[in-house]
Amino acid sequence: MDTIAAYLERSGVSRRDFVTFCGKLMVAAPFGLAITNFLDVEAVAAEVGSARRPSIIWLHMQECTGCTETLLRPVAPDLATLLFDVISLDYHETVMAASGHDAEAALRDAMKQNDGKFVLVVEGSIPLKDNGKYLKIANQWGVDRVRDVAAHAAAVISIGSCASWGGVQSTGINPTGAVGVDQVIKTRPVVNIPGCPPNPYVLLGTVLQYAKTGTLPELDELKRPKFAYDRVIHDHCPRRPHFDAGRFAKQFGDSNHRQGWCLYQLGCKGPVTHAPCSTRHFNDVVDAWPIGIGAPCFGCTEAGVGYTLALHETVPIKRPMGPDTYPAVYAEGKGISPLATGLAGIVGGALVGAGLLASKKLDHITDTETKE
Amino acid sequence: METDRRSLLKGIAAAATMTVVSTPALARERKKAPDDAVGLLYDATKCVGCKACVVKCKEAGDLPADIDGYGGGLYDAPEGLNESTRNVIQLVKDGDETAYVKKQCMHCIDPACVGACMMGALGKREFGIVSWDNNKCIGCRYCQVACPFGVPKFQWSKTSPRIVKCELCRDLLAEGKLPACVDACPRGAVIFGKREELLQIAHQRIDENKDLYVPKVYGETELGGTQVLYLSHLEFEKLGFRFSDDASVPETQQTVQHGIYKGFVAPLALYGLLGAVMFRNRKRDDQ
Amino acid sequence: MTTYTDQSVPVPSPRVSGERVRVRGVSFNILLFFAAVAIALIIWRFVVGLGASTALSDGYPWGLWIAFDVVTGTALACGGYALALLVYIFNKGKYHPLVRPAVLTSALGYSIAGLSVMIDVGRPWLAWKLPIKFWTWNLNSVLLEVALCIMAYTVVLWIELTPAFLEKFKDDAEWPRLRAFARKALPVFDKALIWILALGLLLPTMHQSSLGSLMLLAGPRLHGLWSTAFLPLFYLVTCLAMGYAIVVIESSFSAIAFGRKPAMRILNRLGTFAAWGTLLFVALRFIDLAIKGRLPLLARFNLYSALFWAETLLFVVPFVILLTKKNNASLGSLLRAAMLVALAGALYRFDTFLVAFDPGPGWHYFPSVSEQLITIGLVALELAIYVAVVKNFPILSGEQNVQAHHD
Repeated sequence: MDTIAAYLERSGVSRRDFVTFCGKLMVAAPFGLAITNFLDVEAVAAEVGSARRPSIIWLHMQECTGCTETLLRPVAPDLATLLFDVISLDYHETVMAASGHDAEAALRDAMKQNDGKFVLVVEGSIPLKDNGKYLKIANQWGVDRVRDVAAHAAAVISIGSCASWGGVQSTGINPTGAVGVDQVIKTRPVVNIPGCPPNPYVLLGTVLQYAKTGTLPELDELKRPKFAYDRVIHDHCPRRPHFDAGRFAKQFGDSNHRQGWCLYQLGCKGPVTHAPCSTRHFNDVVDAWPIGIGAPCFGCTEAGVGYTLALHETVPIKRPMGPDTYPAVYAEGKGISPLATGLAGIVGGALVGAGLLASKKLDHITDTETKE
Repeated sequence: METDRRSLLKGIAAAATMTVVSTPALARERKKAPDDAVGLLYDATKCVGCKACVVKCKEAGDLPADIDGYGGGLYDAPEGLNESTRNVIQLVKDGDETAYVKKQCMHCIDPACVGACMMGALGKREFGIVSWDNNKCIGCRYCQVACPFGVPKFQWSKTSPRIVKCELCRDLLAEGKLPACVDACPRGAVIFGKREELLQIAHQRIDENKDLYVPKVYGETELGGTQVLYLSHLEFEKLGFRFSDDASVPETQQTVQHGIYKGFVAPLALYGLLGAVMFRNRKRDDQ
Repeated sequence: MTTYTDQSVPVPSPRVSGERVRVRGVSFNILLFFAAVAIALIIWRFVVGLGASTALSDGYPWGLWIAFDVVTGTALACGGYALALLVYIFNKGKYHPLVRPAVLTSALGYSIAGLSVMIDVGRPWLAWKLPIKFWTWNLNSVLLEVALCIMAYTVVLWIELTPAFLEKFKDDAEWPRLRAFARKALPVFDKALIWILALGLLLPTMHQSSLGSLMLLAGPRLHGLWSTAFLPLFYLVTCLAMGYAIVVIESSFSAIAFGRKPAMRILNRLGTFAAWGTLLFVALRFIDLAIKGRLPLLARFNLYSALFWAETLLFVVPFVILLTKKNNASLGSLLRAAMLVALAGALYRFDTFLVAFDPGPGWHYFPSVSEQLITIGLVALELAIYVAVVKNFPILSGEQNVQAHHD
């Protein structure tokens, strides 16, 4: 198998484009990811370039293909090509040319070729209700198909909120019994990259990290890579100063909204939503993300928030921000000057002293002595 | 000599009787909220600490920034209610639990500050709002001594100081607008309305979410009742509400004071008595 | 026998008629120096405002000027009230010689208190409204009652003192018109004074008790050991005790400063009154605490219980001193006892107004240097005026010169 650098050279991809790509990767994962943990982009390019192209098998379950779309829709078409040059996408129902039995044969080949080494990416939730009969692909129930492929995979990545925790299909009465991949696959490491859609660089960063080092990035308790999901959108929101100053848009299109004020009152879920959106925008276009274009975050990455809370509902803020900037209930008063206490002491002492001296002086005067 | 002492003690006892004995019988009635009483309902479980109300309150009152507090002189970050802050959000940390609490005038049903104020500069006026009159205040600060919530603030930095306190944006109310803090709140953590309706809402919220709330609406009866009501998930004492007696502060004081000065009868009677005794004494001396 | 203007008592003028009295000396100049410092600081206070010139805060809006100058100061100026009560109501004419110096001290004390209030209030230029715009009075306000009573009583005290000035002018005013006026006015005063004097008894009864009522409105912020509906009674009793004590103190210092012979028998009796007053107060206080079930507060070891016990001790010790002497205490022990009573009363007032007043955690107060210097200066001014008046007008008339005795 080729290294990425060799493959790109052979494919005629310019080094400039690759370095640009690595730069974007650095921005997407400024820390927490081994392959980008360098000071300059050349070093990252060398690191990524020396990795072997990771083999990826991509399965679609109950989904809308939005996650795939976001991968295919950078503003510059060259970059889309580049993405598929960096990874070896061996099976992907949307982008591959083959169909029917040829396609299934390709899947078997890819599994056999990279048995135990490929990364399985699952897009979409898995229906479990009624033995999973709500999804059938290639004459196989969806859940069985994922289990079969995952049994040969090195690791599983759930891309999108549907694959991560059930997504839109799982809300309300959940008619198909949709669950996330990690509810089905227990024998392989699972990385959740929720989002509707998630940022493609998070997927690439995770995959390339695995390709280069054979390890997965550090995950949080919901199995999300920490380098992208460690903070809530609110923490890095460009509209945060408006929140801090109490400047809220009250209605869509009102003057506050047009001035770019905070969207919290319109129902923005940013304060509870762990996602990298506020720092990694979509499609390589600056400000191409919900809050950037004036739409409140709806909390797609968070189970129980996205697709569950109404769009206009506001959320409690669990983590008080900058607690030191809040006064305590009991505030501090003015201090006491030592000069003042000293003066009071001197005056008090003088009075007591004078009184005692005077009384000593008068001790000899009694009633009997000065009979009237 | 014995008679001297006895008569003196008698005199003191007479004064004492006049001062105290008659008082319990005249215990002052507890006041009820005015019919048109409006107020705020603040729900600590809903507040997210955004301080929008603090900002808007300052704008509405045209109050200067307080850069002496937190923020190293860069930000308007008051440490509490003060001469440039009528409304403030404070943070309570209780172990892992946190709560925000909004502080402003409670607009008591029976306000201690109004009872204290010599010339009626502080008064309970339309809608039961406790407001301050620039023309009547001489700056004695008795209101500050009296207020159990520590609300009225004095402009210490000014040579022509005023009393600064929340007046429930009565100028905005007159224009048919909401108080600035209520208008600013992005979560409805503080709402405005008639006191009775707010009480109903508060009890409804407690009933619907018994696990969340402390089962009490602070201000319903505390210190004679207030027009600003509080709901919380933490005990109210932790939010800085130190007192929860049902009697208002002026109740005790006015019971005593009215007992002594009812109709000014006692002082006049004493005056007449003193004059008569002295007159008699002089007559006796003249003979 | 009792008279109201001293006309009938042959009053030895403190000096030979027509001779200029030398008032100024080293100690008098020191008093004037402190007074000048205070006046400069008062001007500064009005230039920079209260925040910069005092340690007052929103937590402790009242400080030294209220707790000492007004509340303690007027209680210490109750000598006139306490003696007038004895002389005019209980018809004890023998105390009469002490009345004039006591009334002078009272008049000065109340005037200084009034001046302090004008320095302390934030908007004194509106204070004129207080006695005039009666239609805006809040009759529930204790402070209003105190303010009006103190204003009125200050006027009453100066009227009570007027005969002393008229007597002087009657004999040797440099202007014949003034002399003629004094001669005409004196009998009028004698007739009218009885109702003024009755007012002079009523007003302090009202406002001295109300000074205690002031802190009723501090409500739950006042510590349980001090907070009681009996505050007005306690303040009345202690102010009387302090009034008698201050007469003793004044006579003692007159004895030292002017070589006057003190009326020991009378002073002994006054000391006894003061002692019984304090004992009454202490007893009432414990009974009140017992009824309220607050005695356990005393067993706790903290600042409050310590201060309460200190007050109690200060009130009880003079009682013990005076009763063990069996009405024959030396002026020295009388002075010590009286000073203890004054100190006890002062501590009780400071505790009620400052220490036991708890505006909440985080607030502190200790009077700033300028606050203290202004208070000291005002007291110095009071003493200076006292000395000047006493040396020029028939005030200490009843006491004989003990110059010979004085070594």
